[in-house]
Amino acid sequence: MTNMMQKVIYALLFLVLSQVVQAKLEIEIIQGNASALPIAIIPMQWRSSDPRPETGVAEVVSSDLYRSGLFDPLDDQDMVDRPVDAESIRFGTWRLLKVDYVVIGHINDAPGGNGYDIIYQLFDVHTQERLLSQITTVGFGDLRFGSHRVADAIYEKLTGVPGAFATRIAYISAIGEGNNWNYQLFVADADGFNPQAVVGSPEPLLSPSWSPDGERLAYVSFEKGNSAIYVQNVATGQRELISSGKGINSAPAFSPDGRYLAMTLSYTGNPEIHIRDLATGQKRQLTQHWAIDTEPVWSPDSQWVYFTSDRGGKPQIYKVAAAGGKPTRITREGEYNARASISPNGKIIAVAHGRGNEYRIAVLDTDTGRMRILTPGVLDESPSFAPNGSMILYATREGQRGVLSAVSTDGNVRQRLILTEGDVREPAWSPVIR
Amino acid sequence: MNTMWRIMLALVFAVAISACKTTEPEPEVTPDTTDTAPVEVVDATTSAAPDPHDYTDSRNFDNSESLLSKRVIYFDFDKSDVKSEYRAIVAAHAAYVSSHGSARVTLEGHADERGTREYNIGLGERRGNAISGLLSAAGAMGSQLDTVSYGEERPVCRVSDENCWWQNRRVEIIYTAR
Repeated sequence: MTNMMQKVIYALLFLVLSQVVQAKLEIEIIQGNASALPIAIIPMQWRSSDPRPETGVAEVVSSDLYRSGLFDPLDDQDMVDRPVDAESIRFGTWRLLKVDYVVIGHINDAPGGNGYDIIYQLFDVHTQERLLSQITTVGFGDLRFGSHRVADAIYEKLTGVPGAFATRIAYISAIGEGNNWNYQLFVADADGFNPQAVVGSPEPLLSPSWSPDGERLAYVSFEKGNSAIYVQNVATGQRELISSGKGINSAPAFSPDGRYLAMTLSYTGNPEIHIRDLATGQKRQLTQHWAIDTEPVWSPDSQWVYFTSDRGGKPQIYKVAAAGGKPTRITREGEYNARASISPNGKIIAVAHGRGNEYRIAVLDTDTGRMRILTPGVLDESPSFAPNGSMILYATREGQRGVLSAVSTDGNVRQRLILTEGDVREPAWSPVIR
Repeated sequence: MNTMWRIMLALVFAVAISACKTTEPEPEVTPDTTDTAPVEVVDATTSAAPDPHDYTDSRNFDNSESLLSKRVIYFDFDKSDVKSEYRAIVAAHAAYVSSHGSARVTLEGHADERGTREYNIGLGERRGNAISGLLSAAGAMGSQLDTVSYGEERPVCRVSDENCWWQNRRVEIIYTAR
């Protein structure tokens, strides 16, 4: 009995410890969508001689589709049938389960022996038509990322919009108390898995911005005692100091064509938007006004720069030709509109929209001029569009803790991403990674 | 067996507690420049206590009676104009800096958490420059002054209400050399 008691104690101790160590991701749909498409992603047969991974491809695909809010994947325990090939799909059974789409597949060693092939097919249960039949080849360590690509293909086939699951997010985490803080810039898969610290500092870090190829991040670090802009290669960690002049060096933003970095500098005595040519290192001043001009972002065609300015008395979004010219005011509704993020089609502008002490994420439709508030928070900020325009990632609060949330651009679906411990903020969604 | 169940229950309870443990916001202490004056040591052999109104006397940095001991200036929301009640403090520091050529001052500008982080870096700099401008106008040299803005990144108080926010909207006058 003593022996058994010891075992129980060890087991429970392990449970306690593992809770402390595994402070990782949870995603929770706060607000779903009643018209979500019912789909069954059948567990895929593992035909490789390697050990089967802990989380299967089908499981990752299911949870991606679920998180989008547009799909209602069948729970694994409700799968009465687990066909592997097309001939053994009994469509009648799936109709009875009220499933509209079925995905089957298997995983092989890739020919050449340097990874796996995910071989899968998507069927419409009602027409029995095969909608998709594909092979996704991935490296040995990339099965999760490959699964995200499968989810992307299914999402695109059924919604007409490319998926954004095989992408990454960058964010800042702050852990500490009193005068002792540790700031880290993290990069994680879009579902929050696989978080990797890119850089850490006892001084504040902020404003990560992706290069259009998804290989580099520009960010602001106070490690030298003042704000400074760095550009760092995510994979190699190699980094370059871009600007550390007198005053503010902040708010970096890569142009989508990859040629320029816009940023806020105040060495002239006042915060102005400057543009640095990344090939030559030359820079030019884009704005010239006594107001605070900051938070530059580019239009998808790299022709325009949107920025925040309080030249009208309160912070609002303005736009100016990247080649230079007279800025025009874009946001007119509300007393505080700042930190714009531009949708990939260039038509929708997400902002932090302030009213009194409440800051929410709002979207401005530039065709209709209509502004719509999407989130219920009190201190929501830093909106960042998914590269397919479907969702907006943003920073919000739970009590005194910063967390990340995402809301669909139509406001119908909202989810919460609980990442690691600490105060999490400043999310930036990566471009599509090829 | 009884003992085992008790231990199990205790551990299950521990798991439950650790699972729902939240971090309580710590009670924050107001940045305190007035109440922490060192205990006066009355010693007839040393010189007399400094005149608190002599703003060229560096001993007044630690003299709670003197305006030189006050080195934090507070601002209204989204504002950078120096309120009249703080003008005398700034004037005292201007008197010290302009009479000590070796003095160096960093004006650290801060904002509360409302609004975006980058805009608040701009706002913190504007506040720092407002103090810097007053010091210059009163005779400090530009080479003695430096402004750094931390925006909302370094709050002294972390609760989301005005009780906390006013303490964060500030410029700290930091002497890097006296």
